[in-house]
Amino acid sequence: MAAVGSAALSVALLTALYAVGAGVRAGVSRSRPAATSARRAIYCLAALMVLALVILEAAYLRTDLSFALVAQNSSIQTPTFYKVTAMWSSQAGSLMLWVLLLSLFSSAVLYSTRASLREVTPYATAVLGAVAAFFLSLMVLSPEAQPFATLVNPPIDGQGLNPLLRHPAMMFHPPMLYTGYVGFTIPFAFAIGALITRRTGAEWIRATRRFALIAWTFLGFGILLGALWSYSELGWGGYWAWDPVENASLMPWLTGTAFLHSIMIQERRGMLKVWNVSLIVATFVLALLGTFLVRSGILNSIHAFGESTLGAPFLGFIAFVLIGSVALVLSRRESLRSKASFDSLASREAIFLLNNLVLVSLCVVIFYGTFFPLISSALTGAEASVGPPWFNAFVAPLAIVLVLLAGIGPVIAWRRATPANLRRSFRIPAVAMAVTFVVLVMLTPAASSPTSLIVFSFIAFTIVVALQEVWRGVGARRVMAKESWPVALSGLISHNRHRYGGYVVHVGIATLMLGVAGSSAFVGQRDARLSPGESISVDGYTVTYREPTAELLADRSGTGAPVTLGAVLDVNRAGRTFTLHPSRNYYPSGDPAAGAIGRFFDGEATSEVDLRWGLARDLWTAVQPDLQALRPSIDEADRRFVDASAPIQAAILREIVESYRSEPPPATFRVIVSPLAAWIWLGGAIVMAGALIALWPAAGARRRLSSVEAARLGRELSRA
Amino acid sequence: MEYAIALVVLAAVVLVIVVRPLLGSAGEADRTAELRAELEAAKEAKYREIRDAELDFRTGKLSQEDFRRTDRELRTQAIEILRRLDELD
Repeated sequence: MAAVGSAALSVALLTALYAVGAGVRAGVSRSRPAATSARRAIYCLAALMVLALVILEAAYLRTDLSFALVAQNSSIQTPTFYKVTAMWSSQAGSLMLWVLLLSLFSSAVLYSTRASLREVTPYATAVLGAVAAFFLSLMVLSPEAQPFATLVNPPIDGQGLNPLLRHPAMMFHPPMLYTGYVGFTIPFAFAIGALITRRTGAEWIRATRRFALIAWTFLGFGILLGALWSYSELGWGGYWAWDPVENASLMPWLTGTAFLHSIMIQERRGMLKVWNVSLIVATFVLALLGTFLVRSGILNSIHAFGESTLGAPFLGFIAFVLIGSVALVLSRRESLRSKASFDSLASREAIFLLNNLVLVSLCVVIFYGTFFPLISSALTGAEASVGPPWFNAFVAPLAIVLVLLAGIGPVIAWRRATPANLRRSFRIPAVAMAVTFVVLVMLTPAASSPTSLIVFSFIAFTIVVALQEVWRGVGARRVMAKESWPVALSGLISHNRHRYGGYVVHVGIATLMLGVAGSSAFVGQRDARLSPGESISVDGYTVTYREPTAELLADRSGTGAPVTLGAVLDVNRAGRTFTLHPSRNYYPSGDPAAGAIGRFFDGEATSEVDLRWGLARDLWTAVQPDLQALRPSIDEADRRFVDASAPIQAAILREIVESYRSEPPPATFRVIVSPLAAWIWLGGAIVMAGALIALWPAAGARRRLSSVEAARLGRELSRA
Repeated sequence: MEYAIALVVLAAVVLVIVVRPLLGSAGEADRTAELRAELEAAKEAKYREIRDAELDFRTGKLSQEDFRRTDRELRTQAIEILRRLDELD
């Protein structure tokens, strides 16, 4: 079946190239048959990629080790759950996922625009085909990125999935990120089509806004899952390390956020056309850059997949997209000129622009910090890097401003805010902000961190603004439609999903910032080396190392680790007690030089964190068992039982593991008390809920004006 | 060999699907239907803008003067779209 998979990818490449040619021809000659043909080519591309995916996934599920990819990233013992996800841990597999998602997104948007945007769509089809062709050419032409490469002599067993990736969040994190990256290709392609045809009105935005929102939602969810994975798997206790690959996913999300806001100005006022096409070009380029960073190995990251030869073509493609897009925007500056202008700095338009500038500034800061090692290397010859304190110093003030703008933006008037509008809109939120400030200063230790105090107050402002908006919207609807409160609320949201979904997203972001600010400013952490019976205290918690745990083939986290060493911790806080069980999984080394017993301890190891979640604070614990005490026994077993049968080696391994429990050495513990951290995940869930509300199709896809509005419009029509 | 057979079969299937539209030609009726769909989409978008402006006015985000001006502009544009739709009938 590998040959069929290879053939599917080869035909997919030809099909994508055909879509480019047919799309351009359709655009130039305005030929509808050619446009339909190009669209059908994209549908075929999607079908071919689904076929390729099914073949590869089937190989993973049956552990067909004649597939090189399966032998590299899976094994007979790999749990089924992780066999399914192993595909995107590899370079070739993740490239295939990219094209699959792109072909599905492209098919969806071309189907939805099959009877509209007649001039723009053919060129957009060509752009989508070109992007797919680039990724397919990597898979078809580059030996190291071929998903269907086969082995002449398959191994008895595969190397297995990287243990760090054996976490439920990893099942969804890469596809979510890729869905985000890929999704932004759609508005980018239509923006290019609009520029080529000089149809730079809001039509291309309306046709692709849903896709931009889907991309933004998935990218955000992917980032959040990555943070959750880092918090609960990586064993250092944090959720964001300003790692290059983390930053690479955040940058397009920031510019995508700016884009989703600024297109409202173009739709409403016909302004910011240059800005909007520039933002979507930047977002797409940053999405490519995110994929490039993971694949190139150019920057040191725990997420990068090592150096590969794909860096050069990626960089070439990014440069082509960037230079071509900028040239196109410059050549169309006349048709991008706005008819309207800003009436006042105190207006919705101005606040949205300020919000955009802050988001783009955040992106620039993160870009500079991420690529500083390369910049310093190019300028001085020595590679230097900046750490979390540098990022925090620049990002925190901008993020605080952003929280405030998230409160001001939704309520300030269009065109020009009058003093009456400002009073009406901001009086209650300002009072809530002041009350929050005073209460926090008087009743909590928040005053010890002025930055957090400001953030908490702004969060209160933003949340009250959103609640006030819903309240006023319901009131207005009751007047307009003569409905009861519950009916008016339901009708308000269902008929204005985009607007009120957006408000829910703002509340979610504010809630998330509450968690970030609280867990950053008031975190308590201690590292200690303890023997059984010893205790440490952290921020009111007393943690006692009761006893060690040692298990063979009994990994409770379901990752398939053969050896698990851990601890039982008794925790006491103000008389309330509970127990935690942090542990560490050990995976066999693939190194042939490792001993028969030692190889079970010398491979990858992962922290299995145990934490007690709480709305007020999390208690996070991790353990690092000291293997030095076992080393003499391991070395001796390696010498004496090198040729022993498998059952005897298993029995010896069991004895050594058991000795960790019977004669426990001291172990190193990390205990973290993280206030309000749970609000990060809760805020993320609220953001997702808001995005879902905004994305949900309107009740009745073809809504009509109310009878009152229709009658008014009709009267004007008769007079016109 | 298996690769070559799969390549030919898959390529032939794709070819049949993508070439078929090129063998016919888009009639006047198709072009009218496309234009109608485009105008219907524009009409729906304009209706949405009218509703949005009214909600903005009633929740205090548009002054009376700006609302009147915006509402008038949007309705003029909506009327133009309706007129073009009528011309297609």
